[in-house]
Amino acid sequence: MIDNFLLLFQAPTVAVQTLIDGILIGAILALAAYGMALVWGVMNIINIVQGELVILGGYITLTLANMTGIHPLWTVPIAAVVMYFIGYGIYKIVIHRVVDEDMFISILATFGISIILQQLMDQVFGADIQSADTGFDSWGYLDDAITLSQIHVISLVIVIVLATFLVLYLKRSKMGRAIRATAQDARAARIMGVDTDHVYATTYALNAAICGAAGSLVVMTWIIHPFLGLAYTVRSFLIVIVAGLGNMVGVIIAGLGLGAAEQYASFLIGIEFRVAFVFLLMVVILIWRNILLSKERRYLK
Amino acid sequence: MSFYRKLSFMALSTAAVALLAATPADARVDGDIITLGAALSLTGKYTTAGNHTKKGYELAIKSINAKGGVKVGGKSYKLKMKFYDDESNPARGAQLAERLIKQDGIKFMLGPYSSGLTKAIAPVTEKHKIPMVEGNGSSRSLFNKGYKYLFAVLSTANQYLEEAIPMAAEYAKMKGKKPSSVKIAMAFENDPFSQDVRLGVIEKAKKFGMKVIIDDKLPPEINDMASTLNKVRALKPDLLVVSGHSKGAALVIRQRKQMKVKVPLLAITHCESAKVNDAKKYGKGAAEGTLCATQWAPDMSYKDRVFGDAPNYTSNFKKAYGYVPPYQAAESSAAVYVYARAFEIANSFDSAKIRQALADFNEETFYGRVKFAPEGNNIAKPMVLRQIQNNKYVPVAPLNAAVGKLQIN
Repeated sequence: MIDNFLLLFQAPTVAVQTLIDGILIGAILALAAYGMALVWGVMNIINIVQGELVILGGYITLTLANMTGIHPLWTVPIAAVVMYFIGYGIYKIVIHRVVDEDMFISILATFGISIILQQLMDQVFGADIQSADTGFDSWGYLDDAITLSQIHVISLVIVIVLATFLVLYLKRSKMGRAIRATAQDARAARIMGVDTDHVYATTYALNAAICGAAGSLVVMTWIIHPFLGLAYTVRSFLIVIVAGLGNMVGVIIAGLGLGAAEQYASFLIGIEFRVAFVFLLMVVILIWRNILLSKERRYLK
Repeated sequence: MSFYRKLSFMALSTAAVALLAATPADARVDGDIITLGAALSLTGKYTTAGNHTKKGYELAIKSINAKGGVKVGGKSYKLKMKFYDDESNPARGAQLAERLIKQDGIKFMLGPYSSGLTKAIAPVTEKHKIPMVEGNGSSRSLFNKGYKYLFAVLSTANQYLEEAIPMAAEYAKMKGKKPSSVKIAMAFENDPFSQDVRLGVIEKAKKFGMKVIIDDKLPPEINDMASTLNKVRALKPDLLVVSGHSKGAALVIRQRKQMKVKVPLLAITHCESAKVNDAKKYGKGAAEGTLCATQWAPDMSYKDRVFGDAPNYTSNFKKAYGYVPPYQAAESSAAVYVYARAFEIANSFDSAKIRQALADFNEETFYGRVKFAPEGNNIAKPMVLRQIQNNKYVPVAPLNAAVGKLQIN
């Protein structure tokens, strides 16, 4: 561990590379997390199936690229659209039955869907480790001491474009306004003539579309597997509890921060503690939030 | 006297359970069918390999039955398999083994996939004195517990990447340096199999006086190993050794290319199951020069009565399932073959006699020679190291099996 720490100073390029890797990973995590924040904020549902939706998006890209031979990058919007309808379907079949229930029930329901999706993906796509090559190279600097993978950079750009689009959509469009109104007070929104059921369905479908796009990027940059979804669920959850709900900028910053923190942690204390680190961070942040909250309550008394 | 009533009820029900448990004892050989039991990973993290195992078992059973089955006491018996999905979960595997033995009356067990599951099931088969022939659990810890009913047809895990060390020594000599100057970077998944591979490498490296400069443990849910490769780039080892099932192989091939990490020798396991030479997955030439450990290769010349030789087995498998069998399938088929031969040699279905036949077993199979040490591991078959050259697997070690020469880029 000390060796690793010293290495950061002996070879500053390593520190820079770790930061770059972390931020580029964080961007994709932030995208998935934003979808989770949206569903959580609007519908009060913690969407445990988030990671599986991401992986499913990856499989859509993979299938399209293998079947039609088009470049995987062009499948990002297609994956998003397909996932939109899948999300809509999941809402109509399961989620709308639990949306007004206790949070515990919705957690159970989405957990159930995640298991079903895992097994379905396992049956349909097989359990091989999959990835799609984009044919893009990496830029190397300082005699390849620092490298910047082009597909990672393209992913970052896509994430930024999508994030901007989402912010504008929620701010400017009629549906966006309805979503925000429902998030603030569903009952009041209903009284004002907002079709909240439709808003919920759209929100959930939108989240699935976001996950689809994220998964599309994941399969081009890393690997996917039917059972790798949990990694994205846990990280999305962590980012959301750090950033809070309905805060796009916060989610992006928390996402990038988590990506970088994770990279540094696995560099310094060892990659085997990477997931442990994420969970530890989650616990610490939850405790911290709780302390803040209790202070506030005392003040109100 | 409710206490006595309870007691007598308990005694009665215990007797009933004992009776029930005793009845299916003959289910192992039913008419002319011998049933082999297995827990297989058909869902969960080992699904890929678990399916190879299942296909390996099925093909062997089909082939043996087609060749007239197993001859015991002048009568021909057909093989059959009864299996359950263990969800890649060791605890579940152990439960299923109990169920197969106690409820289904299975008297002959085949192994599950992975060392972890075999480790969970072996105590169960041992307790019931049921022989288990397995082809997918190679952790050393399986063979130091004094198990008497466990037989593994494959080479033990510590042998997997050992051969890479003499290779690195060779490389140092080529560069005009001493073997002891070789620096090794390692990343192994934190599971019994991969950690045994690690021990084998470390022991061998010690003999040459080589230095291990990176020793990372990969978590099972790994989806990115940039931090390890980052260290590799900064510390410039001569040899990078990685073992983390298909995921580890896929990640190192993909991210080595993405990060332009140059290391003279890269030795990994699970190349075949991760399909590392598939350009659609990882890009052209992403795996070029990688050394892959394998238990078995389709172009080897070992022979037996049922499958013919290895190339013949390969074409049969390809005809049945549409892809080239990875070694996980071959070793599973070999396990069934060894079992079938043991029945014939023992000429009986008595567990003790079959166990003895297995303990004395010494025959060549299409998978390699099989001869078990008293601990149950196969000591007659070496591991093979293949290098990916021009996108093809070329055996380069051990020297007597080598087809091509080691290339360094």
